Amino acid sequence: MDAKIVVNNIKKQFKDLPVVGGVSLEVKDGEFVAIVGPSGCGKSTLMKIIAGFEPPSEGDVRIDGAVRHGPSPKGIAISQHGSVFPWLTVQQNLMFGLTGDGHGDKAALADHYAEMVGLKGFENSYPHELSGGMLKRVEIARALVVKPEILYMDEPFSALDALMNLKMRNELLRILAEERHTVLLITHDVEEALFMADRVLVLSPRPTRIQAVFEVPHPHPRKLSNPELQQMKERILQELGVTV
Amino acid sequence: MEKLKTILPPLAVLIALIALWWVVVVQTESVIFPTPGQVVTGTMELVEDGTLWEHIGASLFRVGCGFGLAALVAIPLGLWMGRVDGAYITLNPIFQILRPISPIAWIPLAILWFGVGNLSPVFLIFIASVFPMIVQTAAGVHTIERRYLRAAENFGVSRYVLFKQVIIPAVLPEIIVGMRIALGVAWLVVVAAEMIALRSGLGYLIMDSRNAGNRYDLVIAGMVIIGVIGLILDAVMRKLEGLKSVRWRYGR
Repeated sequence: MDAKIVVNNIKKQFKDLPVVGGVSLEVKDGEFVAIVGPSGCGKSTLMKIIAGFEPPSEGDVRIDGAVRHGPSPKGIAISQHGSVFPWLTVQQNLMFGLTGDGHGDKAALADHYAEMVGLKGFENSYPHELSGGMLKRVEIARALVVKPEILYMDEPFSALDALMNLKMRNELLRILAEERHTVLLITHDVEEALFMADRVLVLSPRPTRIQAVFEVPHPHPRKLSNPELQQMKERILQELGVTV
Repeated sequence: MEKLKTILPPLAVLIALIALWWVVVVQTESVIFPTPGQVVTGTMELVEDGTLWEHIGASLFRVGCGFGLAALVAIPLGLWMGRVDGAYITLNPIFQILRPISPIAWIPLAILWFGVGNLSPVFLIFIASVFPMIVQTAAGVHTIERRYLRAAENFGVSRYVLFKQVIIPAVLPEIIVGMRIALGVAWLVVVAAEMIALRSGLGYLIMDSRNAGNRYDLVIAGMVIIGVIGLILDAVMRKLEGLKSVRWRYGR
């Protein structure tokens, strides 16, 4: 087995409220898995547990076979609201994770990734001088700089406007084609999941469980107008209780 | 042009007030209350014999010492209280009790402990400015958004980097606000403290001018100078708020 992430029957309760009701899943090395679920179903809680920010009430999460106890730079989380430090410049943000030696010229490395995500020329800008889409690029680049093996993305583009959202999907796929990462994406946007992921997991309402799994074998670049993808979208929406 | 718009209205009101003051004093034929003209003449007297600069220097020196000491104590203490819940729970109630006590109320104790030299006003300024800075700094640490701390945790940075690149810069805007409040209070207090004893300072100038022959022109001159210096100190602190690394906090 070359499973990168193994989630083993995790449950989470907040006081008397069960939020995650036993989720097991495996993500292979280099695989892109999307998790969709109705709002308030506990998606974000599930992600926090898998990324190591919160301990599960029961069950465990293994990364490369080792039980996870807290976050590590091996897997970087990117969330909806973003966490680009507003008091650091773009370049300082990108260099933030490069602690210790062994990174060579840190500024050069930061600039390389800045260029990769299209931030060239903005290295010395402060985040409040950038647009929402640019900020997202900073966040993605800051994660990539530390060469994480896993990216945990919790609705990464949902705070962006619709056009920028579409644009960032393509950008992300382009970047992932350059550097293979294992990606776990949480989203409420079924099309976003189908456009990017190798596999889509559908969550049930709270306490959440995995309700259905869809393999998406289609090669990139995908067209969402593809009838098979359209059909899959309808089936996923049905699972989510939405009839079209 | 824009600048003129912000300067003109207050300037107009100021001129109107001075004019009113002048008219009222002349109309009532007061022997003791000075006209604005007499205040200016009195101020020039002090400038010429050099005592004005001595008084200003003495007051600023005391504020500098007391405020500087307070910052040295309050900022590390506030950071510690903000990060360590035990410290906060233990110390915060004590500071909340001490904080509302007017620094003026400490004057008898200051005289008892430190006599009537320079140390008393420095102590009073310390007392006046240390609590607002502690409270503001600790509150600043508490308001750091979770997502930033999470990100730092995620990248696995050392405690040193966490403090230097996340906590300190995140709290810096609050620290500057605390410093501005504290400096304002310190300036209020130094004048009050200098009224008690001492032989120098703007507070002394005011009391001495009244006691030594009802020189109300100098009393008012002292008051105006205190006001102007207070304005300058505040403007300097506001300049700090404009620094690039803290501007993110105060809106765009």
